[in-house]
Formats: sequence, C-alpha cells, structure tokens
Amino acid sequence: MTTPLLSVENLSVSFDTPKGVVEAVRGISFEVGQERLGIVGESGSGKSQTGRAILGLTPGRVSADRIEFDGIDLRNAPARTMRNIRGRRISMIMQDPRYSLNPVMTVGWQIAEAYRVHTNANRREAKQRALEMLVTVRIREPEKVYGLYPHQVSGGMGQRVMIAMMLIPGPDLIIADEPTSALDVTVQLQVLAILDDMVRDRGMGLIFISHDLHLVSSFCDRILVMYGGQIMEVLDTGAMHRAEHPYTKGLLNCLPDLARRQETLPVLERDADWLLSRDGAP
Amino acid sequence: MTNPPATSAPGLKEWLLSDTPQSAAQARCQRLYLAWLSFAANPIAMLGLAIIVVLVVMAAAAPLLTGGDGTEQTLSNRLQPPSGAHWFGTDELGRDIYDRIVWGARITLYIVGLVGIIVVPVGLFVGTVAGYVGGWVDIILMRVTDIFLAFPRLILALAFVAVLGPGLENAVLAIALTTWSPFARIARAETLTIRNAEHILAAKVQGASTARIILHHVTPLCLSSVIVRLTLDMAGIILTAAGLGFLGLGAQPPLPEWGAMISTGRQYMLDQWWLATIPGIAILTVSMGFNLLGDGLRDVLDPRSGGSS
Amino acid sequence: MIKVEGLEISFGAGANQVHAVRGASFDVARGESFGLVGESGSGKSTVLRAIAGLVPNWRGAIIIDGAALGRKRPRALHKRLQMVFQDPYGSLHPRHTVNDILKEPLIIHGMDDRETRILKALDEVGLGAGYRFRYPHQLSGGQRQRVAIARALILDPEIVLLDEPTSALDVSVQAEILNLLTRLRQERRLTYIMVSHDLAIVAHLCSRIAVMNRGAFIEEMSSDQLRTGTPEHGYTRQLLLASKGYDRAAIDQFVEFD
Repeated sequence: MTTPLLSVENLSVSFDTPKGVVEAVRGISFEVGQERLGIVGESGSGKSQTGRAILGLTPGRVSADRIEFDGIDLRNAPARTMRNIRGRRISMIMQDPRYSLNPVMTVGWQIAEAYRVHTNANRREAKQRALEMLVTVRIREPEKVYGLYPHQVSGGMGQRVMIAMMLIPGPDLIIADEPTSALDVTVQLQVLAILDDMVRDRGMGLIFISHDLHLVSSFCDRILVMYGGQIMEVLDTGAMHRAEHPYTKGLLNCLPDLARRQETLPVLERDADWLLSRDGAP
Repeated sequence: MTNPPATSAPGLKEWLLSDTPQSAAQARCQRLYLAWLSFAANPIAMLGLAIIVVLVVMAAAAPLLTGGDGTEQTLSNRLQPPSGAHWFGTDELGRDIYDRIVWGARITLYIVGLVGIIVVPVGLFVGTVAGYVGGWVDIILMRVTDIFLAFPRLILALAFVAVLGPGLENAVLAIALTTWSPFARIARAETLTIRNAEHILAAKVQGASTARIILHHVTPLCLSSVIVRLTLDMAGIILTAAGLGFLGLGAQPPLPEWGAMISTGRQYMLDQWWLATIPGIAILTVSMGFNLLGDGLRDVLDPRSGGSS
Repeated sequence: MIKVEGLEISFGAGANQVHAVRGASFDVARGESFGLVGESGSGKSTVLRAIAGLVPNWRGAIIIDGAALGRKRPRALHKRLQMVFQDPYGSLHPRHTVNDILKEPLIIHGMDDRETRILKALDEVGLGAGYRFRYPHQLSGGQRQRVAIARALILDPEIVLLDEPTSALDVSVQAEILNLLTRLRQERRLTYIMVSHDLAIVAHLCSRIAVMNRGAFIEEMSSDQLRTGTPEHGYTRQLLLASKGYDRAAIDQFVEFD
C-alpha cells in the first residue's frame, strides 16, 4: 500500500430518535490507498453511514479525530470545498441507479453534464468524453445508449451509466455503496470488473461497501468487517480462512455451500462482549 | 411547546414506548403517541391546532361565553364601536358582534364537520373502487369525477343552491357535492400505488374478497392522505360557505353566520368598520388554523414528504 | 401433487407484448421441495404467481391433486396453497399489527379458536407472544419474514410457494429462516416450490431444480447433480461459475444466452 489517500480516525455517527440517541458508527479508524478496500457488515452495522459520513452526506451527527483526504481536512471543510471534492475527487455510487438518475434527461446528457460541471469543457467535448466513457464501461452501442432515458435501460446498464457518470470527472477515490446488489450475478461480476480495471489502470482508490462477504472476499484487497458500528476485524483477501473473529467466522459459515450438503445451517450467535472489548481499537 | 410526558405519570412514557405492547389498544396508543411527538415538534402545526381547539371550545361553550344567543336585538344600541361592554361593537340591529362570532363558530364547525363526514367516505369509496377494480368501472367513475372537477367550486355550489333553495343544510349539501371529487382522485392515485404491493397480493392469496381488500387493506392506507387533504381543504370550504352566506344563499338571517355578517357589514364598511372586519378576521384565522394543521399532519402522516417512515 | 403443463404467460398487447413464460412444464410430488432458478426477467416468479392465482392471463394447465385450476378459484383452495413473498418490508400491511395480520386468514376462512391458533403460529416460527401486538415497523427483517411464514402456515396448507424468501435478509438471518423452513417442512410434510436467483440457496433447500432463462425451462436436475456433476447447459454452467465469486479472467468469457 502506498501513502494513504484517505485516513479516518475515531469516526462516530449518531442519530437522535424519540427513543434516545442511536450510535450508528462508534469510533472506527482506517486508511485507504490506491487499493480496493471492502467494508462488510450486515444491516445496522454502520457500513453505509461510514461511507456517507466521509462525504458529509449523512443526516446524523458526525464526530472524528481526523478525516483527511489528500491533505485536506474534510471535517470542517467549507461547503465550497466539499462541493469541489464531491464528484470531482471522491465519487459515490449508490445501490439503485433508477433512483440516482434523473428520469427526464437522457443518460448521455447526464454523463456529459457531470463532466461539464467539473471542467470547463464545451458541449461537443463533453459529449465526446461521455461517449468514450460509455465505451470504457463496456456499453456496446454508445451512440444509441447516449440518447436513451433511464427507464429505457436495464438495471445492469443503468448501473454502468451511473459508474460512467461517477468516473468521468476522474476521481481519486470511489465510494461504492452496494453498487451491484440489485443486479443479477453475472451482470454484478461484469460491473465489478469495470471498477477493478479502473483501480488498476488509473490508480484510483475504491471503498466497496457490501453485505456479501463471499463476494467481497473474492474482489477486494483488504476487508474491514463491521458489526454494531465497530470494526471487528481487518483481513487481507486470500487470508479469509485465517479469520479469527467469531463474527467473521459465523458470517462465513452460515452461507449455504454448494459444495456440500447440510441439513441445517450453523446460526450466528452474537456476543455482547464483541462491542465492549474492542472499543476504539483500530 | 413542551411535550406532555414531562408532566405525566412516570409509568406512562414507558408504557407508550415499550417494545412489547401487551394489547391491541396499547399498540394503537403507541403509534398515536409517536405521531403526536413528531407533530408536537412542529410549532407552526401546534399553532394551527391551538386555533382549531379554541374554535371548538368556543362552539361548545358558547352559552357560557356569551350573554345571549347572538340574535337579541337592542335597537337603541345599534352600531356601537368596540368598547368594554361590547368587545367587538354592535351591528346595525344592536346585536353584540362578540356574541355573534362565538355562536357563529358553531355554524362554521357544523358546516366543515358535515362536509367532511359526507365527502371523505364518498371520495374514498369512489377512488378506491375505481383504482382497485380498474377497467370500465374506473373509466366511468373517473369521468363522473372529472365532470365535478371541471366546474369552479363556487359556481357549481351556487347552481346547486339555486336548485335546492337557500339555507344552511342545502349549502352544506352543495359544498359537499362540489368538494368530493378531488378526494376521489387522491384515493385513486394512492390505490394505484398500493394495489400491486406484496401485502395486497398476500391478502389475495389468503382468499380475501375484493370488497374485503378494499375495505381492510386499501382504505386504511388512503385515509391519511385524504385526511390531510381535508384539513387543507377546510379553509376553502369555510370560504365557500362564507361566500354563499355573503350572497344570501347560505345560512339565513338571523343566524350569525360569518359570511352573512360580512355581507351586511359591507354597507357600513366606511363608517362602522368593525361590522365586516371582525368576522373577516375570524374567517381568516380559522382558515389559517386549518391550513397550518393540515401542513403539520401531512408531515406526520404522509410518508412521502420527508421525515422518517 | 402439482402438475404444470405448457404454461404460457404474456403481458401487455400488440407491439409491447412481453412473453414472460414460454411453455413451462414440471411436476412436484407430495412432500417434495422443488426449486426454480433464474436471473431477473427469466419468468420464474411469474410461474409461481400463476400457481398462486395472481396472474390473470395464462394458458396451459395447472393441476393440483388431479383437479385442473380455472380462472376463478374456490376459497377452499387458498387454505391448501399459501405463499411467502420476497420482501418482508412490503408483504406485511404497515397499519396492521402482527395480531391483525395473523387473524385475517382465520376470519376469511371462518375459523375459530383464533387466540390459540395465533399464539401457536407465533410460537412455531420462533416468535413469542410478546410480538403479538407489534407493528411491522417495530420488527427486524428476519422477524417480519417469520410473521409472513406464520401467516402462510396458520391455515395449515399443504403447499407453500416461496418467492425468494431470504433475498432481502442478512446472511445470518437467512440461515435462520432457511433452517426454519427446513424444520417446518419436515414437521408438517409440506410441499415447497421455491424461486431464487441463488443456486446455493436453492440447492440447500430443494431436492430438484429447474433452471429458467427468458421465460423458458432450460434444464432440470437434482440438487446433487448440480453439486457434483457439471450441468449440461452452458447457461447453467455460467451461473454456477458466477456464484463462485469474483474471477477477473472468467468474467471476460461470459456470454449472453437467448
């Protein structure tokens, strides 16, 4: 790993509800370089809130000792700086493209516009770049797809369009929050291959947030396993079988395995001690 | 605005927020309480609620708040400006305007209440049936709705009153006839979004009849947006009623209807301003109260307009 | 027990017509557990919904215990055939408590002893009486799916249709729900037809599996065949490969099947 692009120290996110304060993220710390970092956890583990807190996109209260991106402190950055960073330097890909694309604009126009917002390119240059970008995300007939509206493209193609839109300003870091969960397995892998190539060819950093430990372990370089707003364990890919934390082991075991027949699946037993003992640990 | 639980018994809040309700009644109370909490957090909505509460109290306690029933004439006392004896002055027949405003609250509530009671079931019925059954039923019901929607409300109400004859009951009927159509539209739109929801399919798989699905599954989900629309429409209903009263087609003299009061006060506008102004302020305040209440209710009840669901 | 023959389903009309299911045929024996696998748009859920009576226009034959189903279904049939839906957040009415939800089928079919039956159903799916008066929003995804399963079982059906019952759940909860479904099938001798996009889940719960693509049945095999031998059809092999995780080299070999 080279010098970190982003470093986060002691990040917490909390929400006020009628029943009191809920802590979604409790003091986690990590660094991301030019690599594929996976954040894995079940619902309520705080994985999505972590991704959003980095970009200041969570409605909750965020506190941290440090959120530093390429020498810039994101904690108290003025709104102007944050706008410049969001999209141009750090992009975010959400789960369902249908909610993230504007339904009344063609997808091509939206990609071109994403480019024009962050550069001073004219319309023709932007269109040219957008078409190139569609080729990069392996859309077969870019000219045709450029003129389609979001409801006319399939889920897989919509997610590729989203990725094209997020990649066109040339960000240094991508935060992908369950970018493929709504897609079929084969399409899912094809979309991941695009992200993978981007990281490799352009030296980007990728934070890949997912509930699917199986998928993340085959895709990412390093994995943070989150539970209850804390990091349970940090694993290198390939070292999954050396996972030590009972939570990680439990997650791996409770998946049905195609290779062998089981009558009943092992059930994950949660332990309250997991949260207390590791408070504030890296 | 502070929340009531601060002052209530210590066990009540736990009972209301408990994760394991013990009875259906407790579960319902809990839901109401949470809705109330988010409603009470909105001071503007609470202002609206306060205005409506004052209106209801005025109407209920009218005999206690006034000396008469607002119709006694004291001709020697006519056109008195506001004073200690007559807070809002007296009108051209020497009737106390304060008394008439207080008694008029009953008429206003009578109109909006009755219109609501007629309009909500009719609108819900037409809308949910059209939306759920679809096909020809939908086309016919919606074209009828469109006809009623096409006319300006006051004009149509005028036409109905002209046919039915002037009077308070007929004014209510006329307003109801001109008000139900948007409710049918809303209920239909809401029904279309939920008719293919999995919980409706689940009810079908259990063998529930169409009538049962509409009544037990679709209607409760349409109810909140219809109620929100009703409170927002209350202002319009009050103004239409006042308009009919103003034109002499609503409540008949000597009933202290606010619109009719403005109408007669108009002749004295330049010299005795209070005759028309005071009922005008009353109409304005109550309309505003319903509107603010409706806005607040929408934030609480309508899951689509922000907030947590 | 269930026999489906030459099932054809299309939606829409004219140029926009979508042929969702093209000639599906299979049969399921009593007490068997049958799986339908495919990607989105393969028509697998549509087949299930046609059996449940939720699709108005279908051609072909659906036969249950020798009796062919028509357009209109007798109420008694609903007692024998129940369904669990994919989305536990959408399949429970948001304004009904668990008690209301479980009481509904009992009212529809005029069954008495409601109190006992509701408590027994809650107990069977591993939820205590403490959950009886909660609203769906007060339950986790797994608890909601347990309520949905309790609702399907409270009428004591013979056949349960499962439409991706765990795809919206966390993996640890998925394991619990799959175990529950396995246990209930053994205890009550239920017949399952399950739809899923996940080969591993179908292979875990079902003994026989049919693979669907673009509305057509591609091949049928036992789950042991899927486990051990390689499936015959290229499409199934590709699905199997994809379910093994990310492999950059393999992805470039993916093709589209028509």
